[in-house]
Amino acid sequence: QVEQVKLLDRFSTSNKSLTGTLYLTATHLLFIDSSQRETWILHHHIAAVEKLPLTTSGCPLVIQCKNFRIVHFVVPRERDCHDIYNSLLQLSRTAKYEELYAFSYNPKQNESEQVKGWQLIDLAEEYKRMGVPNDYWQLSDANRDYKICETYPRELYVPRTASKPIIVGSSKFRSKGRFPVLSYYHKNKEAAICRCSQPLSGFSARCLEDEHMLQAISKANPSNRYMYVMDTRPKLNAMANRAAGKGYENEDNYSNIRFQFVGIENIHVMRSSLQKLLEVSGTKGLSVNDFLSGLENSGWLRHIKAVLDAAVFLVKAIAVESASVLVHCSDGWDRTSQVCSLGALLLDSYYRTIKGFMVLIEKDWISFGHKFSDRCCQLDGDPKEISPVFTQFLESVWNLTEQFPQAFEYNEAFLLQIHEHVHSCQFGNFLGNSQKEREELKLKEKTYSLWPFLLDEQKKYQNPLYNPDFSPELTLLEPNTVSFNFKFWRNMYHQFDRSMHPRQSVFNLIMNMSEQNKQLEADIKELEAKIKQRNGQPDAVLVKEHHQSAHPAPMALKTTPCFKKEQPLIPVNDTVRTIEGSNTADNRYSEFMEEFSKAEPAVVSLEYGVARMTC
Amino acid sequence: MEFAELIKTPRADNVVLHRPFYLAVEGTLCLTGHHLIFSSRRQDNAEELWLLHSNIDSIEKRFVGSLGTIIIKCKDLRIIQLDIPGMEECLNIASSIEALSTLDSVTLMYPFFYRPMFEILEDGWRSFLPDQEFELLSSVTDDWRLSCINKEFSICPSYPPVVIVPKSIDDEALRKVATFRHGSRFPVLSYYHKKNGMVMMRSSQPLTGTNGRRCKEDEKLINATLRPGKRGYIIDTRSLNVAQQARAKGGGFEQEAHYPQWRRIHKCIERFNILQESLIKLVEACNDQSHNMDRWLSKLEASNWLTHIKEILTAACLAAQCIDREEQWSWGRGWSTRGSSNSIALVSLCHVSSHPVAFHVMFSPLQAGHPFQQRCAQSAYSNSKQKWEAPVFLLFLDCVWQILRQFPCSFEFNEQFLIMLFEHSYASQFGTFLGNNENERSKLKLPQKTMSLWSWVNRSEELSKFQNPLFEANSLVIWPSVAPQSLQLWEGVFLRWNRPSKFLDEAHEEMINIIKYNKELQAKVNALRRQLAEMETDDRMQENL
Repeated sequence: QVEQVKLLDRFSTSNKSLTGTLYLTATHLLFIDSSQRETWILHHHIAAVEKLPLTTSGCPLVIQCKNFRIVHFVVPRERDCHDIYNSLLQLSRTAKYEELYAFSYNPKQNESEQVKGWQLIDLAEEYKRMGVPNDYWQLSDANRDYKICETYPRELYVPRTASKPIIVGSSKFRSKGRFPVLSYYHKNKEAAICRCSQPLSGFSARCLEDEHMLQAISKANPSNRYMYVMDTRPKLNAMANRAAGKGYENEDNYSNIRFQFVGIENIHVMRSSLQKLLEVSGTKGLSVNDFLSGLENSGWLRHIKAVLDAAVFLVKAIAVESASVLVHCSDGWDRTSQVCSLGALLLDSYYRTIKGFMVLIEKDWISFGHKFSDRCCQLDGDPKEISPVFTQFLESVWNLTEQFPQAFEYNEAFLLQIHEHVHSCQFGNFLGNSQKEREELKLKEKTYSLWPFLLDEQKKYQNPLYNPDFSPELTLLEPNTVSFNFKFWRNMYHQFDRSMHPRQSVFNLIMNMSEQNKQLEADIKELEAKIKQRNGQPDAVLVKEHHQSAHPAPMALKTTPCFKKEQPLIPVNDTVRTIEGSNTADNRYSEFMEEFSKAEPAVVSLEYGVARMTC
Repeated sequence: MEFAELIKTPRADNVVLHRPFYLAVEGTLCLTGHHLIFSSRRQDNAEELWLLHSNIDSIEKRFVGSLGTIIIKCKDLRIIQLDIPGMEECLNIASSIEALSTLDSVTLMYPFFYRPMFEILEDGWRSFLPDQEFELLSSVTDDWRLSCINKEFSICPSYPPVVIVPKSIDDEALRKVATFRHGSRFPVLSYYHKKNGMVMMRSSQPLTGTNGRRCKEDEKLINATLRPGKRGYIIDTRSLNVAQQARAKGGGFEQEAHYPQWRRIHKCIERFNILQESLIKLVEACNDQSHNMDRWLSKLEASNWLTHIKEILTAACLAAQCIDREEQWSWGRGWSTRGSSNSIALVSLCHVSSHPVAFHVMFSPLQAGHPFQQRCAQSAYSNSKQKWEAPVFLLFLDCVWQILRQFPCSFEFNEQFLIMLFEHSYASQFGTFLGNNENERSKLKLPQKTMSLWSWVNRSEELSKFQNPLFEANSLVIWPSVAPQSLQLWEGVFLRWNRPSKFLDEAHEEMINIIKYNKELQAKVNALRRQLAEMETDDRMQENL
C-alpha cells in the first residue's frame, strides 16, 4: 500500500492528476482516488511496466495493459516505486499455469454448477446442428488419443471415404500433423469449410494419401466437383516456406482443385502493426493528419480488410458456387481460424446469436488449437509468439456489426468483454494452447467456464436492434469491403479513455428503453388482469361506465391523487443519462488555454469544475 | 430572357438513367426552365427524378456511336448518368443543362418562380427578427440597445439594418468605429450568455495599417462590453503571420497596448480557396471505390478536411470556454470562417440553439451577412474555380454534426435536418439562402417574391422528420472532444451516394420504433393505472354509500 500516489491523465499535457492510494493485492492492482473511485487492474492484464526517470513530483510508473488501458502513476518516493515496479514485474509474469488467476478464482458456484457450466457449449451438438454426421461426413476416431495430431481436438469430422490410412498418410504430409478436417458444413449447399496446415511439399514432394484426402473432400460435395484451396498467406511467404520443406499445393498434383492465395500477413507483421497503431493513438496532442498517416503506416486497417476480404472470398465460393473450400495458412491455427470462423459467421445466422458466437469461438478457436496462451502471453514466454490474431477476429466482427446493425444478437460490449477475458486468465476457457494441454491441466475441474457468466448477464450484451429474421438472401451476409467502411475501433483501443467517447450513448439509451418496454408490457398485462378481476362479470363494466359518465366532475377530483403516483413510474436511469465528466479540461483545446494562461496566471484558473450533465 | 430559348430539345424518350446501387431505369427525360425531370413510364412502379438545374455542379458528355451519355455531378455530391439515344438530342440537352445550371441573374433562379403547394402557417421571413431577440435580451440585461444606424445599409452593406450594441455607445461613435473596421463591420453583439452575462461580439479586422492607427471610439466600444475588473479575449481567426501581413494592406489587429484589458489569441482557420480545395479532394477520395486501404487513408489525410473540422471546433470551444469562464471576448474578422466557429461556440454553449427552429436564430451566418451566394455557387465537382467559393457553411454543418454525434440527446434536431440545410444552401426552391447579405436580400425583395425555407420547415409534417426522438432539454454547456480519434467522416453527406444504406436506414427505423413503442406503452400503463385507481375510489365510494 502506497499513499499519495498520483494518477495522471493520459492525454493531458498539463499535470492534471488524481491523488489516491495504491494497493497491491495477490491478483489486482487497486487505486482508490480521493473521491473513492476505484480502478482495478488485474495483474494478468499488465503487458508492460515502465519506470520513467525521476521527476520533482516523484517517480513515474507507466503500466500498459493488454486491454489497451494505459495508466500513468507518480509515486512520491522512489523506493516505493521501485518496490511496486518489482512486485508488478513478478506478479504479471507467471511461469506456471497453476499460478494463474483462474485456479484461485472462486465465483461461489457449487460443483454441479461448475460441471454444467462447462457443458453449456457442446461441440458434438453443434456438428449435429450443422447436419453431420451424414451420408458424406462422419466422426473419425483417428485422433481419439491425440496420436495423430496433438493440437487438434479428439473428435474430428472427415469425409466418409477418407479411411484411416489416408488420414494418417495425409497428416504426415501436413505441418504439425494438422490434416484436412471439417470446420463448417453448409446444409443447403452441401458444401464444407475444411481446415488444415500447409503441406510439406517443398519444391516437388507429393503425397498420394493427401491427394486422396482432398479428393475425398471434393467428392463429399455432391453439388460441385471442384473445390477451392485457400492459402491465406501472401504468395511470397508461401514460396519462401518451400525452401524449408513446406509450401503449398501444386494444382497439377491434385485433381479438381482451384488454388488461391489471399495474402493475410503473418503474426509478426500483425504484432508490430498493432504496436504502431497503439503508438500513434497514444500520442499526446495528436493532429488529425498525424493520426491518419499513423493509421495508414501501421497498416492495421489494411490487415483487418485483408482478413474480411478472405472471408468474403470463402463465402462466395460456398454460397455462389456451392464449392467446398479447404483453408490453410502455415500451421493452420491463426489465419485459418480467422477466415474459417468469419466465413461461418457470414454464412450462418446462428453464429450471430450470443450462444452461437460462443460456440463459434469454442469450435474454430479453442478446440482447433489457436495458441491462446502463447498469443496472449498468459505465461512468461517467447515475446515473438505474441500476436493480436484473436483481437483482429473480434474487430472484423465489430466491423460487420457496424455494417449490419440488426443482424447480430450481441453488441459491442460482448466483444469487448470476451477480449477482456481472453487476457484475464480468470476463466479456464482460453488457458493453454490446445485441448490436450487443457485436459492435462484438468481445467474443467479446477477452473470455471466463462460462458455461463456471460449468459447470466446477457442483458448487457444484447443488441436492442437485433432482428432474428434479418436475413438478406438466406441468412447470408454480404459485407461491403470498400476501404471507407473500415473504421478505427475507438471503443476497443481507447476503451478506458473516457474523454474521447460520445458523452451520451444512443445505444445504451435504446438498450434501456427496449428493456423497459418489456417491463411495461408485463405491467400492462398485470394491470389488465387486475382490472378484469375487479370488473368480475362483464355487466359491471357497463354499470361502471355509466356511473362514470354520470358523475364526471367528482371523478376527476378523486383521481388527482393517483397522478402523483405516476410520477416515479419509470425511474429515469441516472447512470445512463449522466454524462461523465464533460468538462473542458478533458479535451484538447483546453491545453491552448493553459499555455496561454501561463503568461497571465491571474486570468484563468485552470481547474474548472466538472460540468456534470444530467439530461 | 425566355427559358424556352435555352431549351432546344425539351424532351427525349428511351433515356436510360444510371445511379449507383440502383438498377438502370428507362424512361423519358424532360427539361423545364428549372428542372430536369426523368420519369420511367412503367406502370407498376413509376419512378420520377426531379433535379433542380441549380443543383447541377458540372456535366460531362461522352459518345459511343450515336448513343450519347451525360454524366451529371450535383452539388449535393450525387452523380447520375443519362444515356440518351441520338447525337443531336444529347448535345442539345447537354448544352441546355449547362446554360440553365449557370444562370447569371439571381432573379431567374427557381425561388422566384416557385409557388408552394403547402399551406403556410407562419411566414418564415418574419420568424426571426432582431427585435424579438432583443426583447429576450432586454428582459435580462439593460446594458445593450438596438441601433438602427444601418437602416438603409448606409454604414455597412453586409450587416442587417438593426444591430445590438452597448448602450453607452451612441450612433455617432459607431459611425467612427465603422470607418476603422474593414468593410465597416464594426463590433456588434452576437451572443449573450445568460448564465454569467458574458457576451460574444463579432467584427472585422481593425484598419490599423502599418503605422498603428488608433480609434478612440473603437477602444471605448470594445471596453464598454467589459464589466469593471474583467478581462476579455480577442480571438483572431488568422495566424499571427497573416494578421501582420494584413497590416501592409491597411488592415491589422488590435494592439494590446491600446486595449489593455484584452488579450488577443490567434487561432488559425484556413482561407476560402484552401477549404474549397479540401472539399474537392475529400469528395474525390470518397467517390473512388477502388482505393485500397492505404490509398484511402492517405487521400483522406491529404484532403485535410478533418483537420479543418478540428481547427474550427477547437477555436469554437476555446471561445466557448472563454465565455463560460467568465471572460468576455470579441471576435477577429467578419464573415465566413469566423461565422462558422462563432456559431459552433454557440451550439456548444446554448441549449436553446438545439431547437430546430431556434437553431437558425443563431444563424449568424445569415443575419450577419455570410455571403451564401458567393460561397455556395459551386460545389466539389466544378472545374471553374472562382475566388469566392468556400464550403464554409458545410464545414459549419459538419462541425455541428460532430457535436451532435457526441451529444446525441442534446439536440432537438437530427442529422437529416443538417443534411437538408446542406442541400438547400446549394440549391433550393426557397429564397432563404439567396443573396450575399441583408442588403442584397432586401434589394431582391426576397421576402416578397420568394418563399422562406422556414415557412416550409415550420410545419408539423416536415418538422417531425427533423426532430430528434432522443432529445431531452439540457441547459448545460457541452464540451465536445476534438481528439482526432473522436472525429469522424460525415458519412451521411460524403458517403451518401457511395454505398447502400439500406441496413443502416432500417436499423435507424427500428430505433425510432422502439422509442415510439416506449412512449405508447408508457401512456397505456398510465391510462390503465388511472383506470384501476378510479375503480378503487369508485368501490370505496360505493362502500361508503
